[in-house]
Amino acid sequence: MTSPLLRLISITLLACLAACTGGESKVEQGNREGVLHYGNGSEPQGLDPHVVTGVPENKIIRSLFEGLAVKNPYTLEPEPGVAESWDISEDGKTITFHLNPKARWSNGDTVTASDYVWSWHRALNPNMGNQYSYMLYPLVNAEAYATGKLEDPNEVGVKAVDDHTLVVSLNAPTPYFIQLMDHYSTFAVHPETVTMHGGATDRFTPWTRVENMVSNGPFVLTEWKLNRYIRIEKNPLYWNADNVKLNAVIFYPTENLTSEERMFRAGQLHHTNEVPLDKLPVYKAMPKSPLVQAPYLGTYYYLLNTDRPPLDDVRVRKALSMAVDRDTLVSTVLQGAYVSAYSITPPDTLGYYPPKTFSYDPDKARALLADAGYPNGENWPGLELTYNTSENHRKVAVAIQQMWKDVLNIEVTLANQEWKVYLDSVNQMNFQIARRGWIGDYVDPNNFLDLFITGGGNNNTGYSNPEYDDIILRRAPSAPTRDERYSLFREAEAMLMESMPIIPIYTYTSKHLTHPSVKGMPSNLMDSLNIRYVWLDPSETLELE
Amino acid sequence: MWRFVIGRLLQAIPVIFIVITATFFLVRAAPGGPFDAEKAVIPEVKAALERQYRLDLPIHEQYFAYLADLSQGDLGPSFKYPGRTINELIESGLPATAELGAYALLIAVIIGSLAGIAAALRPNTLQDYIPMSMAMIGICMPTFLLGPILVLIFGIHLDWLPVSGWGDIPGDKLMPSITLGAAYAAYVARLSRAGMLEVLSQDYIRTARAKGLPEWQVVLKHGLRGGMLPVVAFLGPAFAGLLAGSFVVETIFQIPGLGRFYVQAAFNRDYTMILGTTVFLSTLIVLFNLLSDIVAAWLNPRLRAQLSE
Repeated sequence: MTSPLLRLISITLLACLAACTGGESKVEQGNREGVLHYGNGSEPQGLDPHVVTGVPENKIIRSLFEGLAVKNPYTLEPEPGVAESWDISEDGKTITFHLNPKARWSNGDTVTASDYVWSWHRALNPNMGNQYSYMLYPLVNAEAYATGKLEDPNEVGVKAVDDHTLVVSLNAPTPYFIQLMDHYSTFAVHPETVTMHGGATDRFTPWTRVENMVSNGPFVLTEWKLNRYIRIEKNPLYWNADNVKLNAVIFYPTENLTSEERMFRAGQLHHTNEVPLDKLPVYKAMPKSPLVQAPYLGTYYYLLNTDRPPLDDVRVRKALSMAVDRDTLVSTVLQGAYVSAYSITPPDTLGYYPPKTFSYDPDKARALLADAGYPNGENWPGLELTYNTSENHRKVAVAIQQMWKDVLNIEVTLANQEWKVYLDSVNQMNFQIARRGWIGDYVDPNNFLDLFITGGGNNNTGYSNPEYDDIILRRAPSAPTRDERYSLFREAEAMLMESMPIIPIYTYTSKHLTHPSVKGMPSNLMDSLNIRYVWLDPSETLELE
Repeated sequence: MWRFVIGRLLQAIPVIFIVITATFFLVRAAPGGPFDAEKAVIPEVKAALERQYRLDLPIHEQYFAYLADLSQGDLGPSFKYPGRTINELIESGLPATAELGAYALLIAVIIGSLAGIAAALRPNTLQDYIPMSMAMIGICMPTFLLGPILVLIFGIHLDWLPVSGWGDIPGDKLMPSITLGAAYAAYVARLSRAGMLEVLSQDYIRTARAKGLPEWQVVLKHGLRGGMLPVVAFLGPAFAGLLAGSFVVETIFQIPGLGRFYVQAAFNRDYTMILGTTVFLSTLIVLFNLLSDIVAAWLNPRLRAQLSE
């Protein structure tokens, strides 16, 4: 009695299978229609530029909105966005932005200087709970207003002279300020749209929904299926619409790396957000590999709690750092996915190269440890290395634990903590050694070096050096040229590494699989996507052999 | 019968209440909060965020405020997705999860009971051993292994089925449903085999056969009803389990369901999301258990008689 039923089921299944085989893949169809299928890592928290904080949000928001200046994806140098041009005063403390009179909101309204004033007041308003409000702190009185010490937003250093002229007053010359204009926390939002759907500083309003959103970038939001995809389409009102080549982009929340890689192979994605580490050798071996790997503006390092023995002794800190064979670690454990690091700032940060003050040196490491009172690991009190749950962090920790054992003959125990527990431990300084990663928000050494100023919110090591603070906070910002500024940074960084409150391990890389039909999406240090440059060439096909 | 149903419903209320209370205090007891991030949050900003989410109130006030909202059916705003409410997130994730669960259950019941019945008809022969060893493998094989294997074979090598998505490309629902249903099919197979074996050895089956009824009528009409009892008892909790436990399959196949929200909420310390999904799923589990008890009672004449007394 079972066989006819079974037969029926198998026939149904086969018919269903037959129905869905063959046909055009999403990528092929996309190439034909000018639609980019983009693996974006995860579902964005939201699309309000003054609320969200992540990288997936960044990619979408910067396609929907445009800042006063944008980044050239090839050079990362700023180029005109909403502002046609800008003038910087002699003393470097006043910047005048000349807004493009053709810049429009997607509802047809003109983008005005007062929209920026309103938006920056919003971004800084303490009630907003904007975690990136500090991006605007270079403005006069911005910090005071954002921390509630100043009531009146009109005292903040941003003024609209007329509809198309925005004047910004800075506390001190801020060479990277123009770069910040491409960070979403400094974007303008459409005031009437925001207030139509709720309070100006309300986090829970529906103004970013498809049916409500008004934006000013090259694309507009047309579909948002939670946890499925976000579709944006070319904005015909965008001032530079003639130079936008794509018709639409679909962002997928590709959380699972392995699934994402399979989607790519099956022709469902043009571009992946990541590549699983174990697949790297396979893709590297291909003659026409879709793998694109490039240095990324981020450093992976270990925090050393300098308040706790034995790490309060600089010789111990240096010994630990010199005993780590980074090149071996990177080439074996990490499959060549990253680059060895000997400093906190990644190399070639807009022309800045950090000094290399030490190298892998087992003999010197042993001598330093002996000096500190632990010859060949004798009397060693033990240490604990804390990292958050992740296969990658575990591998690195185990390898380094072994290196310390081999070179210095010391025991270090590993403590794995769940993400939020780990964050709590690090913030409370409740650790001896802790894993840490830092990704730059803008391309400037300052973004890495100001981490370690005394009492800095992300210092987390107890490191404090007045001379270092002086360079970072006072001397470097007022340096007249980029060269002089960079040489001050190099001095500060050498000073930092001399005290070794951190053990730099590697510089991150961005790793993507990109279909050969995708053009105008160069790899760059910020992994920055400027969607305006991207186009698709249907004649290119993918060869995965 | 009604007294039984109402009695069980009344029992459910304290259960759900305890779940809410325990979850509420446990998530807050866990180290780390929803606003801890790798980049330190400025104290003033953190204070503003806490104010917006009522985290600045004493914990008992937060608790009562939450209960008050809950009694109105309001599960609150999400911490992780500002601008979205938990009700909305559950609404958006539930259809995919429920559909996936329903297909998986359907596959489980059809394949499982066919295999189980076939095995029970010829116990200790190949017709028994083959489906039962398959069932054993099915129970042991975790979804995170079966899913990728199916994808490799049918998605990549044969290129018959899409490797991910839900309702985007025809056929993309097949592999996730099979992956999720396989383990349950195996359970159903073993349960229905055991149930059928027991029933087929009963006197009334012998009577039916002695009356000269054709074998298919004996099995389908007289055997099945009693033999499927263990399966029915299993279905309620199974469906609730499918809803709550589809996380792995949803991740492998990038399905926009509830399971992914649920697990990520715990990692993100999205208090309202953890609470909302827990309350929602525990209510479902209680309801489905009740439902399967009622159906089991209805199928089982002895229990039915007891209840109607």
